[in-house]
Amino acid sequence: MTEELRVLIADDNQTDRMILSAIVRKEGHQVLEAADGQEAIDVYSAQRPDLVLLDVLMPVLDGMDAAREIKALAGNELVPIIFLTSLQDADSLAQCLNSGGDDFLTKPYNRVILRAKLLAFSRMRSMHGALQANHRQLLLEQAVAKKVYDNVTQSGHVRIDNVRYALSSRAMFNGDTVLAQYRPDGGVHVLLGDFTGHGLPAAIGAMPLAEAFYGMTSKGFELEEIVREMNTKLNRVLPTNFFCCAVALHIDMLQKIGRAWVGGVPDCFFYDAADQSVTALPSINLPLGVTEGHQFSLRMHEFAMHNGDRLFMWSDGIVEAENQGGEMFGEARLRQIFTQVKDPRDLFTDLLAAVKTFQGDNERADDTTLVEVTMADPPQAYLLDLQEKTGRSVVPLDWEVRLVFPAQTLKYHNPMPLIMHVLSETEGLKAYSTQLYTIISELYSNALEHGVLGLDSELKAGGEGFGRYYQFRQERLEQLEEGHIILTMEQKARGNAGLLTIRMEDSGSGFDHADSARHAERVSSGQQGRALSGRGMALVRELCSRVEYLGMGNVVEVDFNWPQRRL
Amino acid sequence: MTVSAHPSSDGTELTIKVAGRFDFSAHQDFRQTYESAAADVQKYTIDMTDATYLDSSALGMLLLLRDHAGGDSASISIVNCNPDVRKILNISNFGQLFHIE
Repeated sequence: MTEELRVLIADDNQTDRMILSAIVRKEGHQVLEAADGQEAIDVYSAQRPDLVLLDVLMPVLDGMDAAREIKALAGNELVPIIFLTSLQDADSLAQCLNSGGDDFLTKPYNRVILRAKLLAFSRMRSMHGALQANHRQLLLEQAVAKKVYDNVTQSGHVRIDNVRYALSSRAMFNGDTVLAQYRPDGGVHVLLGDFTGHGLPAAIGAMPLAEAFYGMTSKGFELEEIVREMNTKLNRVLPTNFFCCAVALHIDMLQKIGRAWVGGVPDCFFYDAADQSVTALPSINLPLGVTEGHQFSLRMHEFAMHNGDRLFMWSDGIVEAENQGGEMFGEARLRQIFTQVKDPRDLFTDLLAAVKTFQGDNERADDTTLVEVTMADPPQAYLLDLQEKTGRSVVPLDWEVRLVFPAQTLKYHNPMPLIMHVLSETEGLKAYSTQLYTIISELYSNALEHGVLGLDSELKAGGEGFGRYYQFRQERLEQLEEGHIILTMEQKARGNAGLLTIRMEDSGSGFDHADSARHAERVSSGQQGRALSGRGMALVRELCSRVEYLGMGNVVEVDFNWPQRRL
Repeated sequence: MTVSAHPSSDGTELTIKVAGRFDFSAHQDFRQTYESAAADVQKYTIDMTDATYLDSSALGMLLLLRDHAGGDSASISIVNCNPDVRKILNISNFGQLFHIE
């Protein structure tokens, strides 16, 4: 048994129409009749039958014109049209199908064939109906998923002055993700991720990525720790053949340093505003989510970055953008834009425009994602805003806390999230988390790098110095067997004011602080280049009412008074 | 795009030749090639002599083969890459996971 169909039969020959109607009714279907092409269209629009049988030759409007009109009226709905014809030659029959018909039936009618065709089209109709319903359901689900995805990745909410980005996409979801978030010290983390594939698989992967990125960045984790966590998460979540090419960036706007982890994306470009030169930062790590094994690495690019210097990151969509001839945009064209630009502020728009022009109307365009990060001074507005949100009247407490970090902890863990957590639990200090993060992380890295690891900051001098310095730091940290850092924090509070004394002691050999004090303002003091040099300590001095080296130089004590004016 | 399998005479080595664009359309063929091979294959060679291009889903297929061949203990060489193919493998740092000649 087939379901009952409503069948429109249009034929100007009344006898033929009656014969056909009788056969169709006998098969259990309802029949609507029309005597010419125009009437067929009128009946179709009024009654919307399921199937149309059209005589080819009819007065007023012939079958082929009527078929075109009916198909247009049907839109996305499937209305099979079968032509009725006494013509037998191949050309005429082919013409029926070319004009929009789905099949033909030759006169005189053969009952067996007619029944089989009605059955076949009935099947096709119900399949089409199911497909349409599935498609509507899919769109509905995608809309909900998109909302969840946008909420999690906060897409479209990257509101950081010195980060510009463009994301274009073919699908509802794109394989590309851009995330950016302030660190507690006012620096910025930026992530560009390019998942293999598009659509839901990419969107699903983006969610754990975004959660790890935002959560850990705001808690004060370092970029390496975040990248490692994202890799672990993706490796567990994604199937073997899916992964995420990415570049993760840390911009330190106080010390003017950029650090980038590049895995699987095309070379990033560093644009030096002073001499307009471009340096490529190549991919030196496996993409995220490929392996948790020893092949996964945290090799970083470290570079000095002055105000106005820019870093450009892109997914392969830009380099591999194809023109209509199938030729790729390529790195040479990319570099040319950098040499031709007059005002570096135009680079971003110039790049996008050049790729767009090159692609023309090419349908096969991949995601073209571009991110530009410019070095600038820390954003006052953001910091003030943060302070206002947390700065309400408080009842402070007196307390003292002592944290001891042994070698194994120094080796594998970043204590900053723990320390910031302790401080954030103290009313009154919350508002100063940015300053305190800066002070403590500065003292801590000095204690670790110069004290425990015995690194000389003079190593940082020179063009390749940064990279060499961090390479030594990594090596010595890996080999670290003994040593410790002791952090003591003591708060004394009165009303809405207080004094926090921070004492950082390391197991290192110290340095001659009495001697160095005389050279306090020199950029490099020679004596292991320790502590009194560098922009970091200068900042600590600015924020603290007292900075004092004790013992043999392996202890430093600072006083932080609050309330305090902002940075 | 075509994928063809060339087992060694003793059946312990399998060479897979990929020709044309190595992309998602090769997925079924590529997987079938190593899944239907003899169980005692120890060493795999992917011959890219005639491969013109490699996309990220092809990289994914190589990872699937690596998994199939024992993960970290897999012995897989990728040979005769043209500069475009070589560049894509380099960007992804797949030299960490495969022997690329």
